[in-house]
Amino acid sequence: MAKKVLVIAESRENELRNVSFEAIAAGKEIAAGGEVIAAIAGENVSALTDSLFHYGADRVIKAENEKLSTYTSDGYGQVFLQIINSIEPDAILFPHTSMGKDVAPKLASKLDAGLISDATAIELDGEDIVFTRPIYSGKAFEKKKVKSGVILATIRPNNISALEKDESRSGEVFSEEVEIKDLRTIVKEVVRKSTSGVDLSEAKVIVAGGRGVKSEDGFEPLQELADVLGAAVGASRGACDADYCDYSLQIGQTGKVVTPDLYIACGISGAIQHLAGMSNSKVIVAINKDPEANIFNVADYGIVGDLFEVVPLLTQEFKKVLQTN
Amino acid sequence: MNIFVIMKRTFDTEEKIVIENGKISEEGVEFIINPYDEYAIEEAIQLRDDHGGEVTVVSIGSEEVEKELRTALAMGADKAVLINNEELDESDQYTTTALLAAYFEDKEYDIILGGNVSNDNSTGQIGPRLAEKMGIPYVTTITKLDIDGSTATIERDVEGDVEIVEAQLPLLVTAQQGLNEPRYPSLPGIMKAKKKPLEEIDYDELDIDEDEIGAKTETLERYLPPKKEAGKVLEGEVDNQVQELVKLLRQEAKVI
Ligand SMILES: Cc1cc2nc3c(=O)[nH]c(=O)nc-3n(C[C@H](O)[C@H](O)[C@H](O)COP(=O)(O)OP(=O)(O)OC[C@H]3O[C@@H](n4cnc5c(N)ncnc54)[C@H](O)[C@@H]3O)c2cc1C
Ligand SMILES: Cc1cc2nc3c(=O)[nH]c(=O)nc-3n(C[C@H](O)[C@H](O)[C@H](O)COP(=O)(O)OP(=O)(O)OC[C@H]3O[C@@H](n4cnc5c(N)ncnc54)[C@H](O)[C@@H]3O)c2cc1C
Repeated sequence: MAKKVLVIAESRENELRNVSFEAIAAGKEIAAGGEVIAAIAGENVSALTDSLFHYGADRVIKAENEKLSTYTSDGYGQVFLQIINSIEPDAILFPHTSMGKDVAPKLASKLDAGLISDATAIELDGEDIVFTRPIYSGKAFEKKKVKSGVILATIRPNNISALEKDESRSGEVFSEEVEIKDLRTIVKEVVRKSTSGVDLSEAKVIVAGGRGVKSEDGFEPLQELADVLGAAVGASRGACDADYCDYSLQIGQTGKVVTPDLYIACGISGAIQHLAGMSNSKVIVAINKDPEANIFNVADYGIVGDLFEVVPLLTQEFKKVLQTN
Repeated sequence: MNIFVIMKRTFDTEEKIVIENGKISEEGVEFIINPYDEYAIEEAIQLRDDHGGEVTVVSIGSEEVEKELRTALAMGADKAVLINNEELDESDQYTTTALLAAYFEDKEYDIILGGNVSNDNSTGQIGPRLAEKMGIPYVTTITKLDIDGSTATIERDVEGDVEIVEAQLPLLVTAQQGLNEPRYPSLPGIMKAKKKPLEEIDYDELDIDEDEIGAKTETLERYLPPKKEAGKVLEGEVDNQVQELVKLLRQEAKVI
């Protein structure tokens, strides 16, 4: 049966995050011919609405207010609730990002609804909408559904393909008038620490370093390789614990769970907790001087060698072939 | 200060997952305090040491959770509460939130700390769901917490950036790695923990309507991902290996 699906889109530095488009694609699937409505909130988001149509939204709702310049659960929670109450969707999809993880459970609680977090795939089984999600940080998976009522889910970046961009698509943009009151948490300041613009959870390519990089400076050749590939830099807990990098880079069971197209592990031994966070990547490359290292058991391609020799050579080689293209 | 920690018992991170009859097997599995909840417990103890008051650790689960609650007491928490849900037919984040909210209904609290996500189901829903249900503000993934009077100044991790947030108590926060270095229970701590109060409540002793707290979601299937085969280890001179790798990534794997 056709359904009305609300997709909460998200922007970062004035650009829509790709996961917004992936969530629209997921929404299309669930809508089964019904309407997909994308909502975007922020201080100034008018420039972003076109792309939402290009990637498949049938209708767009924008909510603009200076109090939405940074995310707060109260501010964004009020806006999304108002939109939900006015359109009464059958399903609501959020990106599984900092924002989605923070606001979706609040709304689910408010609506007394079931929420499926971190969905990596969606299928229709008769009238049921079945979501796949990782459990035990990717050591296993489960299929889940919401039993009744409005369906809420957060969509993990990089797993559901966005639709082909179609610039001929357009539609009507509705402006949701919002009055934002009673903000109980106030963001005083945002300190930008992420080194490059590429976010780990959304990155198509990740270059990750472990204790084998030996120092903070040891991450430099990895960063150079990442720059050439447009990749994000990640790390093992070994590297974080040794203070070579910030904990926000940690990948694994107690860090980020990532599924890029390409994961290049440099000087990482491949402990079970690390593998939990990255072994569902499409292609894994391991560079390690120990041929017995466990990481080689999950790697598609391995180079046994000193990362300080191999990584710069790899950077050179990629530079060469990517330039001639 | 009345400080509460909500704590979950989870599989040790070393455990491999085995599925039997569609369920995750717990046979021979070592359990631990959910790693993020250790940060919450440590932070709670430090808050109490700085501001006075009491730390109560609350966990919903089976009888077995007593072991992890004793560990929390050995770290330095003052009291523990086990809400036994073994008789419950079904449960999900909605149910767990409802039970916790019912527990807190007649409590006085200044701050509730939890982990930002569990190590098993990993939804991260409980913190925000519970705060919303209780009508208090929340801040997730915190890496620093200072309390002055009734004002909390917090640093939170937002995908690598740091947000500095101010909020008023009563408040719920969820811990991110980097918040602190959780202590190991000391031997005297372990001895003392044996005598500290550990209250056990059956979930149906809470003020709940059983028909109202049923799970909103249903798990249909659990499975293991396809086993990753060990791949190709390249050979030859380093230069050649590197060239070969780049070629393979572009032509065979087609990821670059
Ligand atoms: C509760 C808990 C949660 C955890 N969560 C996580 C998590 O989320 N993520 C995580 O990653 N870990 C986690 N761990 C830690 C995990 O068990 C390992 O200790 C950690 O992953 C090891 O990091 P590493 O591979 O960088 O270091 P090591 O195991 O020390 O490996 C370093 C590797 O570098 C190689 N090497 C050294 N020098 C060079 C060189 N010059 N060139 C090439 N290779 C070199 C070595 O051969 C070795 O294989 C957790 C542990 C616990 C107990
Ligand atoms: C009979 C039965 C059936 C169940 N069926 C399901 C099911 O189908 N699907 C499902 O997802 N779960 C099920 N559970 C497990 C349970 O309902 C969830 O694990 C629980 O809701 C916590 O969700 P989470 O792991 O996603 O926690 P998260 O939201 O990821 O945890 C975040 C934080 O919340 C706190 N927290 C989480 N759980 C507890 C707890 N139990 N006590 C105190 N604090 C806690 C901790 O601080 C934790 O760090 C079942 C349990 C029982 C007893």
